[in-house]
Amino acid sequence: MDEKQFLIEKVLATKADLNIQEVADYMSLIRHDTVNIPIIYIGSGTCGKVAGANETLQAINRYLNEKNILSEIVQVGCIGLCSFEPLVDIQLPGKARISFRNITHDLVEPLFDDIFNSEVPYESVLGQFSNKRHNRWENVPLLNELPFFKLQHRIVLANCGISNPDSVSDYIARGGYQTYLKCIRNYTGEKICNIVDQSGLRGRGGGGYPTGQKWMVAHNSVSDQKYLICNAAESDPGAFMDRAVIEGDPHLLLEGIAIAAYAIGATTAYIYVMDEYSQAYFMLNQAIIQLKEYGFVGYNIFDSGVDFKITLVRGPGAFVCGEETALINSIEGKRGMPRPKPPFPAIQGLFGKPTVINNVETLANIPFILRHGPQRFNEIGIPEARGTKVFAISGKAMITGLVEVPMGTKIKDIIFRIAGGVKDGKDFKAVQIGGPSGSCLPVSKLDLPVGYESLWNEGAIIGSGGMIVMDENTCMVDIAKFFMNFLQKESCGKCIPCREGTRRIHEILESITRRPTGESGFEVLERFKGIMQLTDLAEVIRDTSLCGLGQTAPNPLMSAMKWFREEFEEHVFDRKCRAGVCKELRLFYIDVDKCIGCVACLRKCPVNAIVGQPRQPHFIIEEKCIGCGICFDVCKFVAVKLK
Amino acid sequence: MLFEIEVNGKTIKAKRGDTLLMALQRNGIKVPTLCHIKDLLPSGACRMCVVEVEGRQGLIPACSHPVEEWMKVHTHSPRVIKARKTNTELLLSNHPDDCLYCERNGNCELQKLAEDLNVRERRFYGKKNKYKTDPSSASLLRDPAKCILCGRCIRVCEEIQKITALDFIGRGNKTQVGPAFNKGMNLSSCINCGQCVMVCPTGALAEKQYPAKLQDALHNPSVKTVIQCSPTLSVTLAEEFGLRAGKDLEGVMFAALRKLGFDYVFDTSFAADLLITEQASEFYNRLQTGKSLPMFSSCCPAWIKYIEQSYPEMLDNVSACKSPQQMLGALITHHFAPQQGISVDDIYSVSAMPCIAKKFESQREQMTHKGITDVDLVLTTRELARLIRLNGIDIEQVEPELSDQPYQSRSSAGKMLAVSGGLTEAMIRTLHHLITGKDTNQLKIQELRSNKDRKEYFVKIGAFKLGFAVVNGIGNIEALLTEIKKGRNDIHYIEVMACEGGCVGGGGQPIHPENDNVRARAKSIYELDEKESNRFAHQNASLLEVYKSFLQNPGSETSLNHLFTSYEEREVMR
Amino acid sequence: MQVALDEIINRYKAGSRESLLPLLQDIQVEYGYLNEEAILKVGKHIKLPSSKVYGIATFYDQFRFVQKGKFHIKVCRGTSCHMHGSLSLLKEVERVLHLKEGQTTRDGRFSLEAVSCMGACGSAPVLNVNGYFKTAVTIPDIAQIIDFYRNLI
Ligand SMILES: Cc1cc2nc3c(=O)[nH]c(=O)nc-3n(C[C@H](O)[C@H](O)[C@H](O)COP(=O)(O)O)c2cc1C
Ligand code: SF4
Ligand code: SF4
Ligand code: SF4
Ligand code: SF4
Ligand code: SF4
Ligand code: SF4
Ligand code: SF4
Ligand code: SF4
Ligand code: FES
Ligand code: FES
Ligand code: FES
Repeated sequence: MDEKQFLIEKVLATKADLNIQEVADYMSLIRHDTVNIPIIYIGSGTCGKVAGANETLQAINRYLNEKNILSEIVQVGCIGLCSFEPLVDIQLPGKARISFRNITHDLVEPLFDDIFNSEVPYESVLGQFSNKRHNRWENVPLLNELPFFKLQHRIVLANCGISNPDSVSDYIARGGYQTYLKCIRNYTGEKICNIVDQSGLRGRGGGGYPTGQKWMVAHNSVSDQKYLICNAAESDPGAFMDRAVIEGDPHLLLEGIAIAAYAIGATTAYIYVMDEYSQAYFMLNQAIIQLKEYGFVGYNIFDSGVDFKITLVRGPGAFVCGEETALINSIEGKRGMPRPKPPFPAIQGLFGKPTVINNVETLANIPFILRHGPQRFNEIGIPEARGTKVFAISGKAMITGLVEVPMGTKIKDIIFRIAGGVKDGKDFKAVQIGGPSGSCLPVSKLDLPVGYESLWNEGAIIGSGGMIVMDENTCMVDIAKFFMNFLQKESCGKCIPCREGTRRIHEILESITRRPTGESGFEVLERFKGIMQLTDLAEVIRDTSLCGLGQTAPNPLMSAMKWFREEFEEHVFDRKCRAGVCKELRLFYIDVDKCIGCVACLRKCPVNAIVGQPRQPHFIIEEKCIGCGICFDVCKFVAVKLK
Repeated sequence: MLFEIEVNGKTIKAKRGDTLLMALQRNGIKVPTLCHIKDLLPSGACRMCVVEVEGRQGLIPACSHPVEEWMKVHTHSPRVIKARKTNTELLLSNHPDDCLYCERNGNCELQKLAEDLNVRERRFYGKKNKYKTDPSSASLLRDPAKCILCGRCIRVCEEIQKITALDFIGRGNKTQVGPAFNKGMNLSSCINCGQCVMVCPTGALAEKQYPAKLQDALHNPSVKTVIQCSPTLSVTLAEEFGLRAGKDLEGVMFAALRKLGFDYVFDTSFAADLLITEQASEFYNRLQTGKSLPMFSSCCPAWIKYIEQSYPEMLDNVSACKSPQQMLGALITHHFAPQQGISVDDIYSVSAMPCIAKKFESQREQMTHKGITDVDLVLTTRELARLIRLNGIDIEQVEPELSDQPYQSRSSAGKMLAVSGGLTEAMIRTLHHLITGKDTNQLKIQELRSNKDRKEYFVKIGAFKLGFAVVNGIGNIEALLTEIKKGRNDIHYIEVMACEGGCVGGGGQPIHPENDNVRARAKSIYELDEKESNRFAHQNASLLEVYKSFLQNPGSETSLNHLFTSYEEREVMR
Repeated sequence: MQVALDEIINRYKAGSRESLLPLLQDIQVEYGYLNEEAILKVGKHIKLPSSKVYGIATFYDQFRFVQKGKFHIKVCRGTSCHMHGSLSLLKEVERVLHLKEGQTTRDGRFSLEAVSCMGACGSAPVLNVNGYFKTAVTIPDIAQIIDFYRNLI
């Protein structure tokens, strides 16, 4: 009996008895709970590949071939530790699975030499998995006791980086798809909507709309055809959790989609994934093929009378296509410009039919909720926000990567306890949460618990869950400018406030980070005039824009102005950037004690702003200097300094 | 179902299923709009129509939001006014300061909005997008710099005309409106109907103008300037002077044209009678041979371009008659000029039309004779009015005059070419005479006078059981052609007018975004027909004279030579 | 061997607007960009006017209308990379190659594109040449990287 037949007959069939020892043993083998030969796991998500996982994999193959070691390599998704990629885990028979960090290809040989001699190269070790059946490695910490993992609560990411994402049998052996079958065999759509509602799950795509209620609206609208769309656009810079889920545990998402579709009465689901995410697309495509083989898609699934079909759509790249009505237009083959709401998609969506659109993470929570009941989920988190939330931590954090924490966790704990604080010993300045629709929070707000209303009340949002840590070397005006630039580029151009407003705000911010030299009286006036308009403009953009992009576009600016007002004032009045980021505002001087008069800077200055005689100290004429920093870079004697 | 809502502190009645805008308009409350087009699905793009609804966080666009019970609405609260004003200022910050030089100066929705909202200073400075104008089309001038991306032209061209020559190109603040590959309009599938011009709120789309040429000709004593006026013009010109829509200015118009300095003033309605006579005879021939039926009308150049580019295999079915403009143009060069002893080279032949496609038509290769065009310049109703104003002519003080001989008289049948269905009615009158030798006494055909998208009329004339179809707006042609391709054969004659309502709704007519004047114009034409003494094209006295002295009879050698044309397949970016 | 345009087009059902974007994507994968012929043919196939096809294609970042360079450089302009100085990287590439973002060098060897987040924020700033990632890139690295590819041909 092959693996597929076995799983279908003994595990998935109506009368399957999972308690038989034979079944349990077989599943444990598939899961690699017990192994007969060494298993090598390598983190092969996009992030791992970026860090060189492909080269590492080649080196591993080469090593194993040369040494003739019989073993199996499993390419897993990402466990969430970006800064430690490439990650390699090794599981020797009888021994616990042990993880090593930053194993670039050149480190493979020494690592494997050691490990196959049962020695641990402690400088590379990350930790080991706890498993009662295996012997522990000595002096190697347990992974789930590391601070990074200890405070996490993994539901969505539970198997990411651990299980084999290529294998549907691995997923089934971990209990997968049994929940789906339970749903279509025993539950009505309405019941599922109610369970999801009771769980307290709210959308993770940014809006935070209660998922069960959204489903119920679509469930109740009468139509010959309904659709479920999984929104995997994730074009928000600084967010990569959806990709990680897809690459690390695609079947979890697919099971969530299948349940959701059944619940609202849709027989067709679409997954809209950015074409840039080539690996995620590949993984999903492959996983869907496996589903067909197992009979989870098609007609009359497992004799339940339920039909189901999934279509993958490659998004051709536009941030606004994450907005649900724009996404619908894009699937329909139109320009991705949002439509007015109402009518809401749940009543009139894709091809005019009732449509539910959910984010990847939202849907990835569904199997858990239906497997364990709404109560288990409802116990996690805080009243306004149940369950967990995945955050993508990047920027200047010590550890960058993905973390999943219960809702209500303090931002402070995520940044300082899980992600280890700010790197290079710098001071923390701000954290940007929620991407281009989000805002920057200062130290004083780090006690806030993550949630919907809790952040909303402070003018912030979770958004999709990007968390960008900023240190003292970050300029808040520059960050606001960066987001406005992003938004003015990504605005679809349909409505006036967003299309014209974002670019004007961006220009105003440009003007206050521009070099004052040569500024005429009119320009000064224009600059001040611009600044006076900012709040007004922001208000109108927020009030009148058609879609969420425009309605939230002023957020990054307004929050930065609110919490970091003094930095804005410095830029405007003192023409100074304390972080030294706004190049044109930098003022350099030459330290006469250090300068030996080598003339290097004088020769390189593009605007002849440096004067001096050879072997005499040089000077910078401030009025002429454009702040390009070339002199700073070329001076070998560290004589050029920033004022 | 009616229910009540509260607007600005007062209770008004609203109908379920209406948008907020409809409810407000019905109660006489004005809210500015820029992207809204009546009867089309709202796009919600411009945000000018926003209002404050109590309990809602942001402002609500009235044009796209359904009216809901117990809404409390403020249409002109300070917050709303500030929003509208700011958005207008934002538009202006990326708009050329060109009003003084602009086609739409004085009739521009953006200008009006800025005025209404009391915009008195420039608050937002910044980069403006730079674009080149597109002068490639013979009919249209595109100036993307003035475009405010309201999308009205795109929707009219796509949803009403079903041509889809235009779309948005690019994204965000780099978006512009243009044809495929952003190439010239001349290469596009645009049929020059000008309906986009009629809905454009700004000067971004306008007719192509050649005023300098005309001024030169008018003031050059050695050039004989001739003008002909479309049957439509007399009932639409009035609006340009603030007079009642539909008011007939026929004689006044002729007099004003003489004051402008035209040496000869002709009425294209004469040529309309000629067209009817020739086409009826052509149709009768086809009926007898049974070849190339159904026969399509040919007087709308936009329709001709359409069939040339989209259904070239059906070109044989199109009547070979030139349009009245071109017939009269040809007569002027080949009949009038020799008769008067004027050299053709000295004639500058102008026409005033409700239509911008006529500009294109006059430049068709088939409309030239040895490299000389029969009509040198086509003016729209709007241009003509401007010319009259420019020359200081006070239209209300002008005494009516007749047009010039030898094309002076006209029937009211010719006038009916102005409205959709009119050509067919006029044709049937003459056809009846051709077949039975007698004039019909059933003059009014109600079936052809509605504003339906397609009108059909079946009648027995003599031994012939005939079917007539009138396609009212080019957007409705495809459905009929599909039926015919599928084998429908009860239709023998098809009139196609690219503009809804016919030429009274043409792309060169006065622009009044808020008023629906097309009906008033049509009504005036029908009233005129009621009162007219001669209602048959074939009884036009001048026409009979011309036949006698020059053309002999319909379909004669001379007719074929001057009044008929040919068509050819056209490659465009479709 | 390049797959013929018609063959790609015929993979999709005629007249189905839904296949517009996948069709354009397939053509771009095969040819590297979209040209007029492709747009006109696709329009005919799915019965959509070319103005629309063009309008839709220009909306999305993915579609290009000029051939990519032999080496296509993508510089990440996402938030994390921005904080790690990716703007300077972009400027440096522009300086070294004498081109602007979105352009291809005249000899057709290099093209440059700024993208928003490649999902490798942890290794910022990142840059990608023909699918190969370079992480934690510094300004001096740029000239080296470009030299490396220059010497490849
Ligand atoms: C400009 C914009 C971009 C968005 N991008 C995304 C995105 O990339 N992924 C996503 O899941 N939701 C995104 N959303 C939110 C979606 O519109 C929608 O609310 C969400 O997919 C609903 O799913 P949920 O209820 O599961 O959260 C975006 C919204 C806006 C306004
Ligand atoms: S708010 Fe911006 S993105 Fe949304 S519809 Fe308007 S222009 Fe497009
Ligand atoms: S910063 Fe640049 S412009 Fe200023 S002095 Fe140095 S080299 Fe010259
Ligand atoms: S490079 Fe440094 S040491 Fe040399 S002249 Fe300039 S400031 Fe002085
Ligand atoms: S389009 Fe209107 S606002 Fe613009 S220049 Fe012309 S008249 Fe002025
Ligand atoms: S309205 Fe103002 S700008 Fe226009 S002409 Fe008069 S003074 Fe000049
Ligand atoms: S003139 Fe007619 S066909 Fe041409 S773009 Fe305008 S509406 Fe479309
Ligand atoms: S050309 Fe005119 S109608 Fe068309 S989008 Fe621009 S402003 Fe609107
Ligand atoms: S219907 Fe009349 S106005 Fe319209 S395009 Fe045809 S001829 Fe011109
Ligand atoms: S380790 Fe995979 S997201 Fe970073
Ligand atoms: S008229 Fe309502 S949004 Fe334009
Ligand atoms: S910000 Fe550059 S990869 Fe995400």
